[in-house]
Amino acid sequence: MTTNEALINYCLRLGDSSLILGQRMSEWCSNGPILEEDIAMTNIALDLIGQSRTMLTYAGKLEGKGRTEDDFAYKREEREFYNTLLSERPNGHFGDTVARNFLHSAFFYHLFQALKNSKDEMIAAHAAKSIKEVTYHLRHSSEWLVRLGDGTEESHNKVQESLNDMWEFTGDLFEMNEVDELLIKEGIAVDLTEIKKEWDKTVNQVIERATLNRPEECYMQTGRLNAIHSEYLGHLIAEMQFLQRAYPEAQW
Amino acid sequence: MVNDIKYTKEQVWGFISEIPDPEIPVITIEELGVLRDVEVTPTKVIVTITPTYTGCPAMKMFEDDIISTLKEHGIENVEIKMVYSPAWTTDWMPQKAKDKLKAYGIAPPVDGSADKGVLFANGPKVVICPRCKSKDTILTSQFGSTACKALYSCKDCLEPFDYFKCI
Repeated sequence: MTTNEALINYCLRLGDSSLILGQRMSEWCSNGPILEEDIAMTNIALDLIGQSRTMLTYAGKLEGKGRTEDDFAYKREEREFYNTLLSERPNGHFGDTVARNFLHSAFFYHLFQALKNSKDEMIAAHAAKSIKEVTYHLRHSSEWLVRLGDGTEESHNKVQESLNDMWEFTGDLFEMNEVDELLIKEGIAVDLTEIKKEWDKTVNQVIERATLNRPEECYMQTGRLNAIHSEYLGHLIAEMQFLQRAYPEAQW
Repeated sequence: MVNDIKYTKEQVWGFISEIPDPEIPVITIEELGVLRDVEVTPTKVIVTITPTYTGCPAMKMFEDDIISTLKEHGIENVEIKMVYSPAWTTDWMPQKAKDKLKAYGIAPPVDGSADKGVLFANGPKVVICPRCKSKDTILTSQFGSTACKALYSCKDCLEPFDYFKCI
């Protein structure tokens, strides 16, 4: 594997995770529990899709075969997506979305903090830009986790259950393979075991403030590195890609 | 050559610096800090811009407006270059633009730079109501009608208003 091949894969991991989580958040459009939250969640969706555009465009440039951001988003099959398993979890009820977004935003936050120093200029610039947006996403989900966890008995129990349900997909966030190994040597990627330590601190701090319990360590689902997904991704991309599949090359 | 550019960098900058923000038409791409650089070569003009937020839909409109504005001056060969570093910040906004925002009904960014509180908003920040100038205002939501704004409401005149976030 060349550095260029590894870097393309790395961009797809970053870009796909933003894209899929962004698509998930856009499903809340007009379905938010209150108007302000509807707006907040679609704002977050917009940020995430914006972030994915930068990385998918860059992946196309590195590949040099003329593929655009749209080609990557609309013309790949399920087994070609490298997004985190956590990002494709269904929205469920509001507490499920809060728990998923909190765990994922904390991951992005610490990952981008570290990637700001990447030796790849584009990755570093992308991280420095995205961290400003992700900070808002992390704060939004943290505040809601506290409000729900430290709220009524019902909200407390429901969001605890949401956290427990999401937990088995958090191990996948920190899996690494030869792509990471190669890029860490080049100073482009970061060691995810280091990110995990920071993530643990943030997660524990907010969970404690929310009067919730950190879920017990359990069997972790994995698959991201090999583009193996849960049953939910296929349905998500079927909806996301519908228009381009039904009307190929349609332009807005 | 047919496409010879007969303008200087300063002239080209002057043509496009007044292009307004499509959502907040009182401020220009220059004041917003989106317009970063103009380069004039013998055959083409290269305009460098940076996005406010990565997903901001106004960016496409800025690109279209730059191209059509330059076309009016007979410049056909235009390249738009998007840069992400240094990352856009509200610190670049001059006082003149902040005053225009206020007059337009949007509270301008308050602090010198970004809100540093990561997990939880770091304490009360006084955002003055652009309508009645009251300091007794409250944050309704960190997210507003566009990516760059938060929602506030005034406890004196009871009106809701937009606040241009610091990032």
